[in-house]
Amino acid sequence: MSTDNFSSVILTLVTFLPLAGGLLLFLFPRRDRDVRIFSLVISLLTFILSLHLPVYFHRGADGFQYEINKQWITTPNIHYHMGIDGISLWLIVLTTFLTPLCVLISWKSIHERVKEFFILLLVLETALIGVFVSLDLFLFYFFWEATLIPMALLIGMFGHERKIYAAVKFFLYTMVASVFMLAAILWLYAKTGSFDFVYIRDHIGSITVSPAASFWLFLGFFIAFAVKVPLFPFHTWLPDAHVEAPTAGSVLLAGVLLKMGTYGMLRFNLALFPEQSRHNAPWIIALALIGIVYGALVAMVQPNMKKLIAYSSVSHLGFVVLGIFSFTQAGLNGAMFVMLAHGVSTGALFMLAGILHERRHTYEITEFGGLASPTPVYAASFLFIVLASVGLPLLNGFVGEFLVLTGAFQARPIYGIIAATGVIWSACYLLWMYQRVFFGKVTHTVNNSLPDLTGFEIASVWPCAAAALVMGVAPILWLSAIDPAVHGALVPFAQIVSKVVGQ
Amino acid sequence: MTQLMPISASLVVPGIPQGLDYVRLLPEIVLSIFGIAIMLLDPLLDDETSQKPLGFIALIGTLAALASTWYMGTAPGYGFSRMVLVNDFSVFFHYLVIAISAVIILISYEYMSVQHIRAGEYYGLILFGTVGMGLMTSSVDLVLIFIALEISSIASYILAGFRRRVAASSESSLKYFLLGSFATAFFLYGVAMMFGATGSTNIEAISQSLQSSPAHLLVYVAVALMFVGIGFKVAVAPFHIWTPDVYEGAPAPIVGFMSTGPKAAAFAVLLRIIFAINAPGRFWIIWVSAALSMTLGNVGALVQSNVKRLLAYSSIAHAGYLLMAFAAAPEIGASAAMFYTAAYAAMNVGAFAVVSHFASSGERYVTLEDYEGLGRRSPLLAAILTIFLLSLIGIPMTGGFFAKFYVFSATLKANLIGLTIIGVINSAIGSYYYLRIIVMMYMREARKEVPVTPVPFSLGFALVITLVATIYLGILPNRVLQYAQQSAQVLVSPTAPTTPELATRQALF
Repeated sequence: MSTDNFSSVILTLVTFLPLAGGLLLFLFPRRDRDVRIFSLVISLLTFILSLHLPVYFHRGADGFQYEINKQWITTPNIHYHMGIDGISLWLIVLTTFLTPLCVLISWKSIHERVKEFFILLLVLETALIGVFVSLDLFLFYFFWEATLIPMALLIGMFGHERKIYAAVKFFLYTMVASVFMLAAILWLYAKTGSFDFVYIRDHIGSITVSPAASFWLFLGFFIAFAVKVPLFPFHTWLPDAHVEAPTAGSVLLAGVLLKMGTYGMLRFNLALFPEQSRHNAPWIIALALIGIVYGALVAMVQPNMKKLIAYSSVSHLGFVVLGIFSFTQAGLNGAMFVMLAHGVSTGALFMLAGILHERRHTYEITEFGGLASPTPVYAASFLFIVLASVGLPLLNGFVGEFLVLTGAFQARPIYGIIAATGVIWSACYLLWMYQRVFFGKVTHTVNNSLPDLTGFEIASVWPCAAAALVMGVAPILWLSAIDPAVHGALVPFAQIVSKVVGQ
Repeated sequence: MTQLMPISASLVVPGIPQGLDYVRLLPEIVLSIFGIAIMLLDPLLDDETSQKPLGFIALIGTLAALASTWYMGTAPGYGFSRMVLVNDFSVFFHYLVIAISAVIILISYEYMSVQHIRAGEYYGLILFGTVGMGLMTSSVDLVLIFIALEISSIASYILAGFRRRVAASSESSLKYFLLGSFATAFFLYGVAMMFGATGSTNIEAISQSLQSSPAHLLVYVAVALMFVGIGFKVAVAPFHIWTPDVYEGAPAPIVGFMSTGPKAAAFAVLLRIIFAINAPGRFWIIWVSAALSMTLGNVGALVQSNVKRLLAYSSIAHAGYLLMAFAAAPEIGASAAMFYTAAYAAMNVGAFAVVSHFASSGERYVTLEDYEGLGRRSPLLAAILTIFLLSLIGIPMTGGFFAKFYVFSATLKANLIGLTIIGVINSAIGSYYYLRIIVMMYMREARKEVPVTPVPFSLGFALVITLVATIYLGILPNRVLQYAQQSAQVLVSPTAPTTPELATRQALF
């Protein structure tokens, strides 16, 4: 097959390979070992396949690549339109990167209803990739809603004590919010006669939309995304969902699902409603800043390790929203980079927390202490990831936060000043947690006999650590694809842009 | 599709039916013959063993009726002195209601033997009911519509009471009968008023008369009264009170039948009355009734603990969504409503197939509690029920999604923002109670012993049909929608042979 032909089907392949694997699993006998191996093979295959995307990606080029655009349903006019640019490219790779690690981390910890678990995981992967590749609003909504069910079932079937409460809360919050987006999409269709993102983006200027209507449209999309991010004050579902979810669920939830929200803002709110975006930026940035500080402060006082990490996500995602609505090249680049870095490092943090839970069946920080001596490898890996997460230079957290802060200062110094405190807070709560868990004397005798990391666990955590290091040392590998896309996204915003890379 | 027939025989010699007249009623004739055959055979067969062969005959009957519907579709036009009209619209609904009956018969196979109900007239009544439903969709004369409505209703009154040993079933039947006859009386009264105002019972004549002269007050009253009658049949608020009780008592497969078949036919009648007649003064009646049904249905369903009652309230809510389409522009609205009836039939019959299987002997297991831990005991059935429930919620990739989608876009196109918002909020509320069943099945452990028997072939087949239909409508809705649009076209502006045109043609020959 020539590269051109392959380029047009690669997105379809990457998207639906996990689903095909999941359907095959359905017919599988209930032999847990085989089920696990099969899921691992499928997810690794998807990852390898998805590497085709960055390798053959034309980095300087504008617009979408690997496009496929076929008529799917004639009335309404729905197309099977997929394509990626520098923004969605890395989010897809992030998804395919994290899924095999999720399979590995669940290898031992899931021993009941194993088949169902891996089916749901693979279906979820398809839905997540689908969200990032869709260029038809309808298709996008289709995948957006499709992520909901496997995730809610993962939480509800394999979670901890209050799993049902958490699953239903998660489902209802996001379902209700996305209904507003559906209404907005339908309204756009009624006015433009198309669901095609590119078409609507290019023609929305020529249709007459009253400012009020356009505000409601903007809000329809924004609410759906803000709940997903979650932006303060829509964040209350997140700690519950995280604490109750199984480890793999948390990893994908924090690593990828939350990014659907920020991706949506970047892709749809900014591109379709630039006027409204600028108009509403002040209060959105205010919410983002509150999220950064509030999330960090709440994280600091959490006695539960997983809840602490969950609130740290609220804080980190605040940075992303801030970066996006700063409308500066640096800010948007930074936002994209924080998304990726947060996906890798918080994913790894959840895995590490899950490893501890498996051994002691608790996430309470006071239950631990002095773990550095019985479990040195675990402690070292944990430290590495914590440092990545707090933004130590040369690790991935630093690059993104630095860029976001640069953008924020360009937009308005006060934004930068408030956001910069978030960096300090994050060092406080994560390092303090690390100190309480790992340093000092072993406080509970049972912790003396904790086994160190097993092979599977190393296989799932260390790739994240390696990725964190590479991303921190050579961010240009990522930013060279992101920058042109971000530049394109900022074209409607007649702003002085400063190129941060490629000079 | 609607090419002109060479000569409509019924008009050449009015009064005496010709060959083509019978073709235009062929499915009904076939169904009646099979129904009568079942009634005749029943006394000759042994009580214990008659269930399977009779059911089989009924199934063959529905298949033959489907084939004859196809044949009927090749001869569009008026029949029986312009009493019936065969066009895409009536063919669409014929396929739909007959297919529903076929699937219900498949589901009933197992149900009847598990519940120890004598089969005989049961299958006969389903066929007769289908005759009525088919006739409702093809008749264009209000009097004939009324007769068809009665045929279909009387069959369902009896069917509702088939669990003879259970008091609730008799109650259900009696309640349905009393309220139902009351409602049909309203309809008849409306027909009389309409006749008084326009001098005709023929839909087309009424429509022409209303176009040529301003509507008389009587017309408004007639439309309202007819809406009451049909509103009862389709269970929209405020005529929905009977639904939960009747659905709770009636046999589960029959609930699946009543909530889809007669409903689809009644909606077809409503489509004719609203859109073909272009009924004046309909807008607010529909607006209020749709908003009320959605809200009352969804809120009512939130607190139910019996699955059949829950689905009863859900059917009220769905009737509300469907009714929204009637407030939209005729062509878009009618096609959206038709698609909705088809999608709703697939998912709801499927859901009731699972419910009637789990209910087991004497319908013991119909509370939400009984569904606890089902995902573990019977993963496949639970997965199938989940898909139907997700479709009822309106999750993408299922027929239920596109059904809602088309209705909402139709109302948005008509600028009914308020009604659309009520619908959208309602569908968000609705997701909660369907979700409760899913939560019960997957996330809770069983607290009591609920046996799950293996699925027999007939039921499995019915499940496959409904499942495939639900997913097909969710992924490739094109064909069905286009067919619905064509049908809506002929409904709103019939291009079937009209009298002056025919006269010129006859002159040419």
